[in-house]
Amino acid sequence: MTRIVVGPFNRVEGDLEISLDLEAGRVSQARVNSPLFRGFEQVMIGRSPLDALAIVPRICGICSVSQSAAAASALADAMGIVPTANGQLARHLIQATENLADHLTHFYLFFMPDFARPAYADRAWFPDVAARFMAVKGSAAADVLPARASFLRLMGFLAGRWPHTLAIQPGGSTRAITAGERIRLLALLREFRSFLERHLFGDSLASLAALDSKAALLAWAKGRPGDFPSFLRAAQDLGLDRIGRAEDRFLSYGAYDLFPAGRWQGGLLGLDAADIVEDTEHAWLLDGMPRHPADGETIVAADKPAAYTWCKAPRLAEQPHEVGALARQVIAGRPLLLDMVQADGGSVMARVVARLLELALVVPAMEAWVQALRPGEPFCAEGVLPDEGSGVGLVEAARGSLGHWLSIRRGHIERYQIIAPTTWNFSPRDRNGLPGPLEQALVGLPAGEGAPPTVQHVVRSFDPCMVCTVH
Amino acid sequence: MKVLWLQSGGCGGCTQSLLCAEPRSLFDELHDAGIEFVWHPALSLESGDEALSVLEDCAEGRRAFDVLCVEGAMLRGPNGSGKFHLMAGDGRPLTEWVTQLAQRARWVFAIGSCTAYGGFSANTPGNPLEACGLQFDEHTPGGLLGSDFRSPGGLPVVNIAGCPTHPGWVVETLEKLALEGLAETDLDEVGRPLFYAGELVHHGCARNEYYEFKASAEKSSDLGCLMENLGCKGTQAHADCNLRPWNGNGSCLRGGFACIACTEPGFESPGHAFQETPKVAGIPIGLPTDMPKAWFVALAALSKSATPKRVRDNAVVDHLVVRPAIRKKGGGK
Repeated sequence: MTRIVVGPFNRVEGDLEISLDLEAGRVSQARVNSPLFRGFEQVMIGRSPLDALAIVPRICGICSVSQSAAAASALADAMGIVPTANGQLARHLIQATENLADHLTHFYLFFMPDFARPAYADRAWFPDVAARFMAVKGSAAADVLPARASFLRLMGFLAGRWPHTLAIQPGGSTRAITAGERIRLLALLREFRSFLERHLFGDSLASLAALDSKAALLAWAKGRPGDFPSFLRAAQDLGLDRIGRAEDRFLSYGAYDLFPAGRWQGGLLGLDAADIVEDTEHAWLLDGMPRHPADGETIVAADKPAAYTWCKAPRLAEQPHEVGALARQVIAGRPLLLDMVQADGGSVMARVVARLLELALVVPAMEAWVQALRPGEPFCAEGVLPDEGSGVGLVEAARGSLGHWLSIRRGHIERYQIIAPTTWNFSPRDRNGLPGPLEQALVGLPAGEGAPPTVQHVVRSFDPCMVCTVH
Repeated sequence: MKVLWLQSGGCGGCTQSLLCAEPRSLFDELHDAGIEFVWHPALSLESGDEALSVLEDCAEGRRAFDVLCVEGAMLRGPNGSGKFHLMAGDGRPLTEWVTQLAQRARWVFAIGSCTAYGGFSANTPGNPLEACGLQFDEHTPGGLLGSDFRSPGGLPVVNIAGCPTHPGWVVETLEKLALEGLAETDLDEVGRPLFYAGELVHHGCARNEYYEFKASAEKSSDLGCLMENLGCKGTQAHADCNLRPWNGNGSCLRGGFACIACTEPGFESPGHAFQETPKVAGIPIGLPTDMPKAWFVALAALSKSATPKRVRDNAVVDHLVVRPAIRKKGGGK
C-alpha cells in the first residue's frame, strides 16, 4: 500500500486536500481533509441575533445568499413569523440567482477545464473541447463571464449586490421592486435564457426539461452544437456515466416551493431533521457523543491524533448522505435523474446533468416569480425577537442542504451551529468507521503516477465549497 | 504583469465578485491590459503537485512574478503554529508561504478587508485564531508582515479593502500599476487606493433627499434614510459604492439595507448591533465624517421641521405613496 496526498485541490471553492491509499494503482481508501478553520460559529456567540444576517454571508463568497437565507429562516422561526408574499418571491429569486450562477461557474470555470488536460490529447473530442474550455484561455470564458455578470445584475436590483447582501430578512426582503424594475428583471431573465439556449444547450429550455431518460439524453446530444452536448460526448467516452458513485443515499431540504424536501434510498423516504447528528471523532475538535446541531458545539482540539480534518461528520439516521442538485432532482422524482441513478448510480455525469437541468427548470420558474410580484404590496413583514428562544433554518444552496440552528438567551445568541452541503458530501469517517460520500466515491478509482485525471473529475463533480464546509 | 493569487482565512467572495467585472470578460479585460495569472486557486488548471511546483518556483525566486494577491486573513494560531490553515498537499502554514512569497513579489496586494485588517476571522472572542491582516491588525499597524514591510517594488501592502471588494477596485488598481505604477501617495493612511477610498459611501446615495430632510426609515424595506435608526454608516465609510454601481445598478443602500462600513478596519466589531444606530439622547453617536456635532444637531432639527409631506410619508413605506408634484407652467404664451 502506498499513500499519496493530493493538494492543493484547486478550482473548488476554498481549500481541499485528499489522502489516497493505493493498491495496484487503485484507491483502496480515501480521506478528505478540509484544512482551513475559521470558527464562524464562535463569532456569533453573544451577538445580537440579527447580527447573524451580517455575519453568516461572509462564511462563503459563493453561497453567501444561501447562508443569509438559512439565517433569516432560523430567525423567522425563532420570531414566529413568515415572509410576506412578495418577500417570499423576492427570496426565491435571490436564492435562485445565486444557485444558478453557481451552477454556471462550476461547469465552465471549475469542472470543464480538466477535460483540456494533456492526458486526453488522443481523444477525438479533445481539440474542440480544449479550445473551448481551457482554464482562463478557453473561448467559453469570453461568452460565460459576461453572461454570468449580466445575470447577476438581478442581484443589483433584488439584493443591492452580490456577494454579501443584507437584503434577506426574516420577514422577507429590504428591497421592494417597483413596477418598472419588474419589467427589467424579466428582460434580464430573457437575456440569460438566450445565453443558455444558444451556448450551453443548443436547444430550448423546454426541450431539455422534457428529456426523461439517459437514452433520450444521449440521443439528444448526438451531433448537437452546444457546451452541454460536448460534455456529454466526452463524459460518455471516458465512462464518467459509471464513475463516482457514493452510496446513493440522498437528502434535500426542498427548494423554492418547487423541489420537495425528503430523503431517498432506493425510494423516497420521509425526512425528520431531528434525526441529524454531527460526529467529531475524526475532526480536530473535542470528542464527545454525536450531538444534534441544536445542542452542538465546536471546540478546537488541534492535536487530536485520530483526526484528519476540521470537518465534522454529519449523519442522518446514522448514515452519511449525499446532497446537491442530483439529490434534489432524485427526491423531486425527475425522470431523467431517477433513470440515471437507477441504471448506474450517482455518477460524475449524473451530478453534472442534474446541475445543468436545474438551469433549464428554474429559469422559467424565475420568470413566473417575477410576474407574480405585486409592486405596492409589502416586501417585508415585521416581527419581534424573543429574549429566549430557538430557531432552525433549512435551505438548499447550489451544492445542497444547508442548515442553521440557533438559540437565543437573554436577547443574545447563545449557540449557533451550521451544517453546510459540503460538510455532508466531504464528511470524514464517523465513530463507526463509515466514510463520507466523497471518501466512498473515490474507492476503486485509478490514481497515482501515470493515472488519468479521474479523481479530479469525481471530486469536482460534487462542486465542493470548502469555505462553507468547516466555516 | 504577472499575478500570483493565494487564498487563506476568507470566504473567496472577492474572487467571486471579481468575476463579475463588467462589461468585458474579466480574462479578456486583464489580458488586453497585459496582466496574466501565474496561478489562481479558483481559476488555474494546475492542481496538486503541478500547482505546488509553480508556488515553490515563485517562492524560491526561480520564477519571476510581479504582484502577490492574497485573499483572506492570516491565521497564525493555534499557539503560533499556523495550523488553522496549512497549505493542502504541502502541510506548511499559509503564513509561511505568504511571508516568503511577499519577499519575492514586487508588489503585495491585500484583497478584501480580511486580508487587509483581519476581518471576521479575527473576530472570534479572544481571537483564538490569532488572525490578522497582512500589515494591520484592525487599526494597528503590524500584522503578519510588520509595519516596516516594503515589497521589493518599494510599497507597503496595498489594501484593497471591502467585504467583498468591488471588481472595479481590483481591476483598476492592477491596471494602474501595469500602466504607470503606484506610489504611496496613491494610498490613504490605512493603505487603501484613494481612487475609491477617497470618497464616502454617502456620495451619490440614492436616498440623498431623505438624508437631507432627516426623513428616516423606521423598519426594514422603508425607503427613508437609514442613518438615524437602521445603522447606516455611509456618511463615514470610505468607498465609492454609490458612484460606482455594484452588479449593474446596485449598492447596499439601493438594496435597502445599511452600509456597515465594510471597507474600514474593524468593521466586523462595531460595538453595537449592525442594523441599529447607537444613540445618546436620541442623537446618533456616529456623525457624518467632518461634520461638527453642534451644526449637525442644529441642521437636523431644522431640516426635520422643513421636511415636505411627500418625503416624510414616503420615508416610512416600501413604495412611493406621494409623487413629486408637477409644477404648472406659469405665465402666458
